[in-house]
This record gives sequence, structure tokens and C-alpha cells, in this order.
Amino acid sequence: MSLRIVVTVKYVPDATGDRHFADDLTVDRDDVDGLLSELDEYAVEQALQIAENADDAEVTVLTIGPEDAKDALRKALSMGADKAIHVEDDDLHGTDAIGTSLVLAKAIEKAGYDLVVSGMASTDGTMGVVPALVAERLGVPQVTLLSEVSVEDGTVKGRRDGDAASEQLQAQLPAVVSVTDQSGEARYPSFKGIMAAKKKPVESWDLSDLDIEAEEVGLDGAFTKVEAATERPARTAGTIVKDEGEGGKQLAEFLASQKFI
Amino acid sequence: MAEVLVYVDHVDGAVRKPTLELLTLARRLGEPVAVALGNGAADTAATLAEHGAVKVLTHDASEYAEYLVVPKVDALQAAYEAVSPAAVLVPSSADGKEIAARLALRIGSGIITDAVDLEAGDEGPVATQSVFAASFTTKSRVIKGTPVITVKPNSATVEAAPAAGAVEALSVTFSDKATGTKITGRTPRESTGRPELTEAAIVVSGGRGVNGAENFSIIEALADQLGAAVGASRAAVDAGWYPHTNQVGQTGKSVSPQLYIANGISGAIQHRAGMQTSKTIVAVNKDAEAPIFELVDFGVVGDLFDVVPQLTEEIKTRKG
Ligand SMILES: Cc1cc2nc3c(=O)[nH]c(=O)nc-3n(C[C@H](O)[C@H](O)[C@H](O)COP(=O)(O)OP(=O)(O)OC[C@H]3O[C@@H](n4cnc5c(N)ncnc54)[C@H](O)[C@@H]3O)c2cc1C
Ligand SMILES: Nc1ncnc2c1ncn2[C@@H]1O[C@H](COP(=O)(O)O)[C@@H](O)[C@H]1O
Repeated sequence: MSLRIVVTVKYVPDATGDRHFADDLTVDRDDVDGLLSELDEYAVEQALQIAENADDAEVTVLTIGPEDAKDALRKALSMGADKAIHVEDDDLHGTDAIGTSLVLAKAIEKAGYDLVVSGMASTDGTMGVVPALVAERLGVPQVTLLSEVSVEDGTVKGRRDGDAASEQLQAQLPAVVSVTDQSGEARYPSFKGIMAAKKKPVESWDLSDLDIEAEEVGLDGAFTKVEAATERPARTAGTIVKDEGEGGKQLAEFLASQKFI
Repeated sequence: MAEVLVYVDHVDGAVRKPTLELLTLARRLGEPVAVALGNGAADTAATLAEHGAVKVLTHDASEYAEYLVVPKVDALQAAYEAVSPAAVLVPSSADGKEIAARLALRIGSGIITDAVDLEAGDEGPVATQSVFAASFTTKSRVIKGTPVITVKPNSATVEAAPAAGAVEALSVTFSDKATGTKITGRTPRESTGRPELTEAAIVVSGGRGVNGAENFSIIEALADQLGAAVGASRAAVDAGWYPHTNQVGQTGKSVSPQLYIANGISGAIQHRAGMQTSKTIVAVNKDAEAPIFELVDFGVVGDLFDVVPQLTEEIKTRKG
């Protein structure tokens, strides 16, 4: 039987753009160009490699996000994923991590899966908890934060590099995996891939397709609330000197004036 | 007074500093009750008591070392049910965040990750977070259930505050999911003898400009003169010049030391994300246009191979 892989990808505001908050203190997704979260490109890459090493596999990319989130799906499809699911509903605006994990888990179950592959964190929320939450909801093993991953005979193995130790992990499928940016460069879509992606199926689901009530998600259903957001004041301009042979000494003088030495 | 559950990060009984910082923060919200799991759990009690833990709940079982995350979630949930705390605080490590998130889901609560400060509020704890590569500061609250909050290292000053620290055995029944992910091997990190990156008062970092693993000795020599930790940009890590555990930035560590010295680092947004809340920032870069100079208190436009050794030498001379 074929190995069904679902990759969760997020559409995020470009980190190199001027990211800010909207009036309702949610992430402003209108004024800054969005893209497929770079950290989720690693998830797509590892999913494609696992699929390439399997006898028969199918890679579905899944996103929850606004209309434009389709761009993220297109990118993943052009990298080589087979099909895509877009969960889109006005009531999803403002959904937090707990809500996101609910919608992802329901969509993953509806799609059917043996393996879920996620990124290590989203580049906007940077929580890094959604994969663990999805595993908890699905009731399957979490094999997360892997810098190396492989699947063979229904078993997923990987290496998790932590602060205190590097751990070798192993679990039976079905399972939820997340991969770090140490897992291997993500491929660039080829011209052929980009052309092929245009013909690949993208399904759209809304909350009713997933039997989720509007109150369970969105700003109304959120478990957390941002009460204030303030821009960090720009750092005051410092002193900059050009090294003309004394740069190291001048720096030492500065450090001494600040009592560091 | 309300009790606040604090999850203890320790290595064989040696409590790591971020947990002691959590105890400082927990005391602002109520009486800290610590939860220590695994090998050496009971040995943490004396240190925890010195820093304000009124009670230390302990449990040891081989499951904690043999299976990933879930056994610890089961235990923290057992502690939660035994104590009915006003809040649950967990250090923001990789394990910590996942444990906290799964607990929050189980107990029907919201979760806030990576707080850099906590205050008591009329409607429960208010968490300060640093977002969008530290360009914004937010204040947030958990509005459903018992707040579960993970806190970054260096978010508070460790303070002694002697308390009873009575050790109590926690009774834990593992769920059938606890053994889902087996840890089949573990290679502990070798200690470099230098301070922990996230805990250091001074961090000296090198980037692509260092141009080779062997040249990192220049960075290390400066760090050692200052008693500093060594950091690296992702470019330096990807090139294989320095270990990933030392990477500073969005996908590495975030640091907030008194002094950050960036050498041969351009200052990309993802690097800034991990260092721009440092108190004082200095940089050495041969490109006067490098964005890192927008952040600095003092910058030297020059070749790091000239400037850094001269700086190291000058510090040595001044120290006498
Ligand atoms: C999703 C994502 C996550 C990322 N996460 C991180 C992260 O966690 N941490 C991180 O650091 N980056 C991260 N990056 C990468 C980041 O975008 C930059 O590519 C990286 O920080 C660049 O490293 P650098 O400054 O060392 O190299 P460069 O940008 O190449 O800069 C090198 C600098 O060294 C200077 N230089 C060269 N030679 C000398 C010399 N002899 N003396 C003095 N100066 C010299 C040059 O003028 C230049 O400014 C991430 C990127 C993405 C997309
Ligand atoms: N809206 C979303 N749609 C699809 N996947 C998501 C979404 N949000 C988070 N994820 C997945 O969860 C991972 C971790 O996200 P986070 O916990 O928000 O940092 C991401 O790398 C994605 O794989």
C-alpha cells in the first residue's frame, strides 16, 4: 500500500519585509508580501526524499491560511508534491496554536495519512509547538525537531540535536515528524516542476467540511490574547571608527569605558 | 496563597540556571511548587528550596530517559491535578515547549511560549514576548484555563529566597501513548569549559568573515580573555566551521547578554532575531555598509584578522 505523507506548510509574511501587527493585534498579512515559510521548505524536501525512497508514496501539502496561502501550496507543488489541500474560512482569522492544531488534525484525518511532516517552527509565530500538538490530538508518536530522518518498513528514525545531548529516535507509523533547517538544503523548483504544478489538484476545505464550529477557532475561540504590541525603539546610532591600525585598541578603550574590562 | 507549578530542567540532579530564574518569576505569581522528574530528581530539592520552592514533587522512572516527551507530559499533568495551580511555568527548551504545549491541550488551557518577562495582573499573569525578530514587544495573557507559559533563559535574575522545599513523591501513571517514541541512543554534548551561550554575560560571535574553522581560534581567544561564550552565524555553521549548538539567531539560540561582539557577521534579520536585545552591541566588519552597524554601540570598520587579535592583546595588557 502506498505511503501517504501529509506536509503541513504555513504561508507567512516575508521576514525581510517590514512585519507588523494589524489593528486587532493579529499578524498583518495584507501589507507585507507572503511566502511559503522557509522552514517549511525543509519539511517539503524531507517528505519528497522519503517518498522517493519508498516503493509507492503520495505527498499532500496542507495549509491553513487566507486566499493568498495558495502561493505557498503552489511553491510546494512545484518542488514536487503531488497534491494540495487549502483550508480557508473567514472564521479562521486570529486562530492560535491550539486552534491551528485542531484544524490541522481534522484535515489530516480527513485526508488520510501514514506520516505527517512539519517544519520546526513558523517564521512568524516561532512557537515550534504545533507538531507536538497535532501528535497529541491524533494520538500518534511525535518524532520532532529532527536534523536527520528516514523511513523504512513502517518505522521512522531520526536524530534530534538538543542542548544537552543528541538523541536517536524511533517510532512506528503513523507518526508526526518535524524537521529542522539542519536536515538538508531544500530543492529549487525546476521549470518543469513549475509548469507541472499548475495542473496539480488543489482542494479547498472550509470549517464545515471538517465539522469544526466557528467558535472553536479564530479570535473568538483563541486561548490566548495579545493585549499590547509596541515597536522596539530603534537603537541610537553608535560610534563607528575605521581601522587605521588602532581599531582593536579603540574597541578596547570603548569596552573599558563601559566597564567590560 | 495560590501555588504555581514550575517544571525543573536538570541534568542528573544538577538544576540548570533557567529553572532558578523561573522560580524568581513564579514568586511574583504565588508559591512555587517544583516538579522534578527522572534520574537525580530528589537531588534537586536543596537548590530549589534555596530559591523559593515550597514543595518539590519528584518522580523517577526509566521511561523519562527511554521515551520522548510524553512520559514527562503525563507526570506534569499528574502534578497539575494534585496541586491545582494558578499557573504552570516551563523553561523554553525544545523539550520544555513541547511538554508545555501538550499539557495545555490536555487541561483545556492556552499556551504562551518564549516569554521574556512575567508580571501578576488582575486577570492572571501577563507575559512579555519579543516578536518579529525582536522588532516588537508584546504583552499577552492566557484567557482560557490555567495559564501555561514557557520562559526563555536570562529572563530574570536568580535570587535566593529560602523556603521549605519539602520533597514529596509524585504518583504517576503513564498513558498508553507514553512509549510511542523510543530514544534508542543518546550522545551527550561535550563541555567546552566556556559559559553556556544563553546564560553568558558576554558573547563573542564569528560569521562568514572568519573564513575557516581554524580561524575560529581568534574568536575563541577573545572570548576566553573576556570569560565569554562563543557564538556563530548560520553561514559559519553551515560551512562546518563551528557546531550548530553555538548558532545564534532564529533557528539557533537567542541570546540577550550584557555585551555582544559580532565579528565578520553582516547582520541579516534572522541573525538579529537572536541577538538584538543584547544590552551593548559591538561589531567588527570590513564592509562599512553591513547592516550590523545599524545596531551597534561601537563599530570598527576593518579586517577582523587585524582588529580582533589587537583587541585580545590590549585586554590582556590592561588586565596586567
Ligand atoms: C529560515 C532562515 C533561518 C535562518 N536562521 C539563522 C540563524 O539562526 N542565525 C543566523 O546567523 N543566520 C540565520 N539565517 C541566515 C541569514 O539569513 C544569513 O544568511 C546569515 O546570518 C549570514 O551569516 P554571516 O553574517 O556570517 O555571513 P554574510 O552575510 O556572508 O556576512 C559576512 C560578513 O563578514 C564580513 N567580512 C568578511 N571578511 C571579513 C574580514 N576579514 N574582516 C571583517 N569582516 C569581514 C563581510 O563584510 C560580511 O558583512 C537564516 C536564514 C533563513 C532563511
Ligand atoms: N497555518 C498553518 N498551516 C499549516 N501548517 C502550519 C500552520 N501553522 C503551523 N503549521 C505547521 O507547524 C509548524 C510549527 O509551527 P509553529 O508551532 O506555529 O511554530 C510549521 O512549521 C508548520 O509545519
